[in-house]
Amino acid sequence: MSDRPAGLVISSSPYVKDATTTPTIMRDVTLAACVVLAAATWHFGVGSLLVAGACVLGAVVTEWAFTRDKAPSPIRDWSAALTGLLLGLTLPPAMPLWMAFLGGVAGIGLGKLIWGGLGQNLFNPALVGRAFLQAAFPTSITTWSVTAAEAGSHTQIPNTVFAAPLMHVELDAMSGATPLGLAKFQDQSTEVMDLLTGVSAGSLGETNAIVLILCGVFLWWRRAFDWRLPVSTLATVAVLAAALHAFRPDDCPGAAFYLLSGGLMLGAIFMVTDPVTTPTTKKGAWLFGIGVGFLVVLIRAYGGLPEGVMYAILLMNAVTPHIEKYTQPRPFGGSRGG
Amino acid sequence: MLNLLRRGRTFRHGIHPPEHKERTDALAIEQAPFVDEYVLPLSQHIGAPSKAVVAVGDAVERGQKLADPGGFVSVALHAPVAGKVTAIELRLHPNGRMVPSIVLQRDPWSSQQLAGEPVDPASLDVKEALSHIQNAGMVGLGGAAFPSHVKLAVPEGKRIDDVVINGCECEPYLTCDHRVMVEQADAVVRGTEILRHLLGGQRSWIGVELNKPDAIAALEAAASPPVEVVGLEVKYPQGAEKMLMYAIFGQEVPAGGLPLDLGMLTNNVGTTAAIADLFDRGLPLIERVVTVTGVGVDRPRNLKVPIGTPVRTILEHCGLSPRADRVILGGPMMGAPQKSLDVPVLKGTSGLLCLDGAPEPAEFPCIRCGRCVEACPMFLNPARLARLVRAERPGEAADIHLMSCFECASCSYVCPSGIPLVQWMRVGKQTLRAEQAKARAEAAKAEAEAGS
Repeated sequence: MSDRPAGLVISSSPYVKDATTTPTIMRDVTLAACVVLAAATWHFGVGSLLVAGACVLGAVVTEWAFTRDKAPSPIRDWSAALTGLLLGLTLPPAMPLWMAFLGGVAGIGLGKLIWGGLGQNLFNPALVGRAFLQAAFPTSITTWSVTAAEAGSHTQIPNTVFAAPLMHVELDAMSGATPLGLAKFQDQSTEVMDLLTGVSAGSLGETNAIVLILCGVFLWWRRAFDWRLPVSTLATVAVLAAALHAFRPDDCPGAAFYLLSGGLMLGAIFMVTDPVTTPTTKKGAWLFGIGVGFLVVLIRAYGGLPEGVMYAILLMNAVTPHIEKYTQPRPFGGSRGG
Repeated sequence: MLNLLRRGRTFRHGIHPPEHKERTDALAIEQAPFVDEYVLPLSQHIGAPSKAVVAVGDAVERGQKLADPGGFVSVALHAPVAGKVTAIELRLHPNGRMVPSIVLQRDPWSSQQLAGEPVDPASLDVKEALSHIQNAGMVGLGGAAFPSHVKLAVPEGKRIDDVVINGCECEPYLTCDHRVMVEQADAVVRGTEILRHLLGGQRSWIGVELNKPDAIAALEAAASPPVEVVGLEVKYPQGAEKMLMYAIFGQEVPAGGLPLDLGMLTNNVGTTAAIADLFDRGLPLIERVVTVTGVGVDRPRNLKVPIGTPVRTILEHCGLSPRADRVILGGPMMGAPQKSLDVPVLKGTSGLLCLDGAPEPAEFPCIRCGRCVEACPMFLNPARLARLVRAERPGEAADIHLMSCFECASCSYVCPSGIPLVQWMRVGKQTLRAEQAKARAEAAKAEAEAGS
């Protein structure tokens, strides 16, 4: 046998490795988000693709522009594209493209890059982008076009989508209201079956609960997230909503309605599960989910806005370092804090 | 007992790496061929190097003592074959350093018979028995190579109730302990009883992972009360001492402490069988079972290898593939990579793992997923520790129990971002040890100056 000068590779152990990698996690979540986007396209027409596309473009361009000098480029980890896609799913179908693009820029720029890039940010970047849009364009982000079925066409794109930057354009089609808006401001209820199958107005990715739950099951099977996060969030909302409904039916239309309406399912499966902005400990994950659920019910039942998932998650993001601090595991064979 | 087996006791956290044991777990132990030259480093164990008692040119018999223990935490060293001492010089050690080693040229005409003298352990008091073990060169064969007589020495005021024999072999690929349990179940049980007798323990346990049903069956057939065989869940690092104790007794060994503090003591199955062979057949530790495996060898084997055999000849015997690009001494989780094949098999060498297709290292930023926290059997936060070590703040890492890490590498295994977490732990621990040593030296110096 020949001698092997420098033929052997020296690397540190271990020499076996779990197959799940950060890019595969990002890819799985992106895949699931694409399924949700496909459902959105079915519900709201092809304009959905444009809105989501503008967000992705804004996010990826921003990431690229500010990390050009880095090698290897952070673009390779899929996370910027995913942030843009998730932001798109939280926007209304009639959102002007330039705003969506700006949302992507803000999500990555303010939500991620200024913190130091992937893994360093305190707040969920997609929701930072949405919060930015909510503050900057409160009307556009609460103007809900009706579903494609109601409008009678899947190819018709709301005119506001193509609005020129900074120009005021009125939606010339029918506008609707979300189930939560209807419940809060008009005391109208929405059928559970409609919430499950996406027959209601709303943001692109939030209306079809069945698709979202299937995506959640897929991501859980792929071990892409910590199941404790969505489970504790949804369970808390269910318990509090059921209790509220039992004691004060005027404030809350019931657990099923709260679980399936608005952005809760989308948030619980795609945003509450963001590893970067949630606690790393099991106990912390439970606390985080309980906190989100509590805030969602509080805002929905007693706040001025019909929906509170975005703020609930952002607020819990803010306290994550504290949760983290107080839920550090007790070392084996030691005492807590010892 | 059966319900113990079914329950598959275990510890909390840990990982489930692919086992890769199927290529060798059914292969009977074979004798490795004799070679011409054996290299015996004087430090093959934790502690002080042994002191050579032979000189260049001396002819030695197989099993003859070559070196005396170099202190209390040290053991003797014996000739693996009959032959002639040709050199005592610096040779490459698997740890990457050049260390003093005895080089032995095998006598091609010798029959290599080994005449050992059995000793009845009941005829010795504890001190004599431990000295006998030390002079037979016994060290832990699980990989750490800690001198057995030190481990078995129970300090004044402590008592051992339970003797636990570790047959977990939780490292992927390795099957040497498995084969010893199947083929030498009687010796394992006999060794267990010798140890229990020596330590004055009440009960003995042999812990085996449930992926070795044939080993469990063989041990159950050989064992009788108070020796009990316990089936354990297949999970890494089940064979870590503290994890094994928790699995069997549900008790946590205090941080920084030893199982001894809870009245328990562990020993590896291979070591236990070797101790039985020492007393019953008079065999010093001159050979051990090594699993040679991995995609880089064509003929994987469980070989009984004389200590000091060059790794190169063993791998050639097993058909080292030209594609092999990594040779690991030990298992894939905690083993040591080799840069050269011209190193000897040591007392602590449990496996020779040959792999090909070394992946390009690809590291992504930490996404704070918490998988490492969930994997760590010591309940540490590896991501946070690595961050602190990387930032050169080892003191803060020590505050969050860096020194409890025993480098099982579960964190690196699960990390989706490919961060070499366990490597950062090693770096941090080394830094801390160096700082402590420096502080001690300075304190001693200050004291000496104050005294003068």
